[in-house]
Amino acid sequence: MTKQVQQLDRVIIRFAGDSGDGMQLAGDRFTQETASFGNDLSTLPNFPAEIRAPAGTLPGVSSFQLHFADHDILTPGDAPDVLVAMNPAALKANLLDLPRGADIIANTDEFTKRNLVKVGYEANPLEDGSLSGYQLHAIPITSVTVKALEGYDISKKDAERAKNMFSLGMLCWLYNRPADGTLRFLETKFASKPEIMKANVAAFQAGWNYGETTEEFSVQYEIKPATLPPGQYRNITGNTALANGLVTAAQLAGLPMFLGSYPITPASDILHELSKYKRFGIRTFQAEDEISGVGAALGAAFGGALGVTTTSGPGMCLKAETIGLAVAVELPLIVCDIQRAGPSTGMPTKTEQADLLMALYGRNGESPLVVLAPATPGDCFTTALEATRIAVKYRTPVVILSDGYLANGSEPWRIPEVADLPDLRAEFSFAPAPQAGDEAAGRKPFLPFQRDPRTLARPWAIPGTPGLEHRVGGIEKADGSGDISYDPDNHDKMVRLRQAKIDGIAADIPPLEVDDPDGSARVLVLGWGSTFGSIGAAVRRVRLAGGSIAQAHLRHLSPFPANLADVLKQYDKVLVPEINTGQLALVLRGRFLCDVISYNRVRGLPFRAAELSGVIQDVISNV
Amino acid sequence: MSRPIDGPETGAGHAGHRLASLTLVPKSDAKATMKDFKSDQEVRWCPGCGDYAILAAFQSFLPELQVPKENLVIVSGIGCSSRLPYYVNSYGLHSIHGRAPAIATGLAASRQDLSVWVITGDGDALSIGGNHLIHALRRNVNVKILLFNNRIYGLTKGQYSPTSEQGKVTKSTPYGSLDTPFNPLSLALGAEASFVARTIDSDRKHLTSVLRAAADHRGTAFVEIYQNCPIFNDDAFAPVTEPGARDEHVIRLEHGQPVRLGADREHGLRFGPLGSLEVVPAQTAADGSLLVHDAHAADPSYAFALSRLDRTDFAHTPIGIFRDVERATYDDAMSAQIDAARARQGEGDLEALLAGADTWRVG
Ligand code: SF4
Repeated sequence: MTKQVQQLDRVIIRFAGDSGDGMQLAGDRFTQETASFGNDLSTLPNFPAEIRAPAGTLPGVSSFQLHFADHDILTPGDAPDVLVAMNPAALKANLLDLPRGADIIANTDEFTKRNLVKVGYEANPLEDGSLSGYQLHAIPITSVTVKALEGYDISKKDAERAKNMFSLGMLCWLYNRPADGTLRFLETKFASKPEIMKANVAAFQAGWNYGETTEEFSVQYEIKPATLPPGQYRNITGNTALANGLVTAAQLAGLPMFLGSYPITPASDILHELSKYKRFGIRTFQAEDEISGVGAALGAAFGGALGVTTTSGPGMCLKAETIGLAVAVELPLIVCDIQRAGPSTGMPTKTEQADLLMALYGRNGESPLVVLAPATPGDCFTTALEATRIAVKYRTPVVILSDGYLANGSEPWRIPEVADLPDLRAEFSFAPAPQAGDEAAGRKPFLPFQRDPRTLARPWAIPGTPGLEHRVGGIEKADGSGDISYDPDNHDKMVRLRQAKIDGIAADIPPLEVDDPDGSARVLVLGWGSTFGSIGAAVRRVRLAGGSIAQAHLRHLSPFPANLADVLKQYDKVLVPEINTGQLALVLRGRFLCDVISYNRVRGLPFRAAELSGVIQDVISNV
Repeated sequence: MSRPIDGPETGAGHAGHRLASLTLVPKSDAKATMKDFKSDQEVRWCPGCGDYAILAAFQSFLPELQVPKENLVIVSGIGCSSRLPYYVNSYGLHSIHGRAPAIATGLAASRQDLSVWVITGDGDALSIGGNHLIHALRRNVNVKILLFNNRIYGLTKGQYSPTSEQGKVTKSTPYGSLDTPFNPLSLALGAEASFVARTIDSDRKHLTSVLRAAADHRGTAFVEIYQNCPIFNDDAFAPVTEPGARDEHVIRLEHGQPVRLGADREHGLRFGPLGSLEVVPAQTAADGSLLVHDAHAADPSYAFALSRLDRTDFAHTPIGIFRDVERATYDDAMSAQIDAARARQGEGDLEALLAGADTWRVG
């Protein structure tokens, strides 16, 4: 049967089910196929912190949202066009997000009396007419899958488990996705269990055939590839991009890399990823705690390595003292904080931007350092390179503020040519060893705190270099010699020198770029970090509706780009949306006496474009 | 793994023998002296502090290592003893309270060409840094940890420490301290330490021999040094340092030698009920049940029983090497994994890494 094919320019699909239903995997596979097909895309996994919350309950619902299009897109989308609901809990947890007219594919096998009661449904919503505003596809997914796998020598449980592959096959048919990648994936994943592998392949094909042959779906959709800039692409999550960026940066800097880390959601994947790259000489150390993780990284940096530690908010609190030591002894150190909802344990799997003030100021004494924030998953790669460049050149800790949304979200990423990457080695110099006759020639002995007049960086004098033996520590040091000093004026000078070194980096980073196409905007929307996509999508909506709005996005939060003060002055109003209660806004007001308008939602989720465009419109109409 | 008992060991860095912790560290041919390891900083401990004696013993021992001073690194935490790195002319990192073992782990694991020493105290290592200490010991990183135990907080002016005796009256415990103290050696043995020793600040010869044995151990060496703090806890170790008393109380452990104590070595040790050790007159137990010290016993139970002997009153206090066994070190194993991965998969290739598994071409 040939079905009608309808062209769409973009679709948002949400796979939702119990934590054990394999929805993350189905979503991930659909994403890979969509990426290799050439659509632009953006994803939002959303899962419970519990590994296995009680089956069939609302807290146990795990979902994966994917937005893909024939043009470039910026966010995983606000409202799904299609919801795959593997059980009543998945339907109930997600229904409010669905616009009327959306498709719902529901697994009827799981809509049993017991499961309905578990989530408070008195009647079966698939049957009581309450979903009449939607396109409902009620399909007994589990039993059809089990039936399709009757001929395989596997347990009933394993057959039921393959239902995610059935759903995936059905969706792949519906949206005309290629299947080769998934088949290859299953072959590798189940290589040691051939019967399970064959069954999963059969389930995928059964799903595909179900879409093609039954009358459940009358149309098949087609979304043409997007026209992205030419190049070789892969789909990449923020955590993978960050890990790859760190490996690349260490290679470009010619430094051995040492990662000290303690497992914490949502940062652990960086540790997992980096621990695979032994052949790059990377040493990964799973420490006994967060403090030891950063301590070992700093110890390695003292020895001339690129020291890295990865964590999330609660771990940042514990690392603060050691980061302060890195500020005091002026050694390079990369600290990756993959922010999550706080305070305290908060919501480990949900995103937030509320660690900015902690990164900037959360240590005792005046302890300035560098803070960077990637804007998209792929940008985590570039940010790792920039962090390394600055840390090594200026002998300073650099905090990278990613977050749960960037960490697990993905987008197509144009793979850079290695030859085009910056040479970080050029910025790197160990202190020279002293020469014979130095003293006679009036050359000074080695001074561990004698600064490079251009960068204000001190020498990185590593053990093993003869003649540069020296002692450093957290106690205040005399300018130049680095000897212990309690001299009042010396301390004042050192406090200012450490600040001046960080401030001076502003001259060595790109100016803030403002996107103001018609040049007539009176309102600037200024963001930082992972809100880039949502703000960009909101700005497009406003412009499409005829509004005039300028957009700028900060990737450097300490120091700020040198032109930030001028940019702020050019606009009548500056709107700062943040997933916190106004942390950047507080800094901007304090630093620039600029009365920015702060917009805040702290729901553990990215902003919705529709919501933000409304906020922007309001500000514009009140200028 | 246990080495055969072959009589007393010198463990010295005599000709041809490179101390076990230094096999990957460059060897210096230049003849160094104690003076070469003195920095230009004025030493600032209180007059009479035991730290002076330890520093002097350490500095006069260092030339024996034949390590160029640029390959020697001393890492410390916070406390009186942790000032030591400033006084030694080598690389030094005076870090933060309790964290020296963690920092030294990162350094030693990434630079096997360095001889790394950690200087710490009872508060630094056993209180705020207890977690790092036990994990460093179980990992067996190639660092030497010297714990200066003065049973008091000196730098903060006299609060009780985790090794202070229960009931100790200090500024923070005017009615007496409530907690049971740690026995540092029992703790280290419980943490799977491969080298555990005890020595005394005032016994330079013994102190030096223990340092030598620590340097000859590949892996984490844990050395407790009884250190007198004349200002806040004077004579805390009098029973083992006073000339009159010490022969009664100190048991000098020597591998392969019978364990003897008493002014005339008239007592010996044997196993009592439930694995504990008991002191018995040597003649009454001439039946072979008297212990001969074995520092290389694979099972740590005996070393643990030895560590429990002194209780809190120093009645019988063993000093010397309690335990010294060979075990794979963390840093060697980490390097081996990297070498194996490179041998199997070749050097890392950036282009392949960036491309990942699934790519597609646009344009
Ligand atoms: S307070 Fe005690 S331990 Fe500290 S320097 Fe003075 S005597 Fe030595």
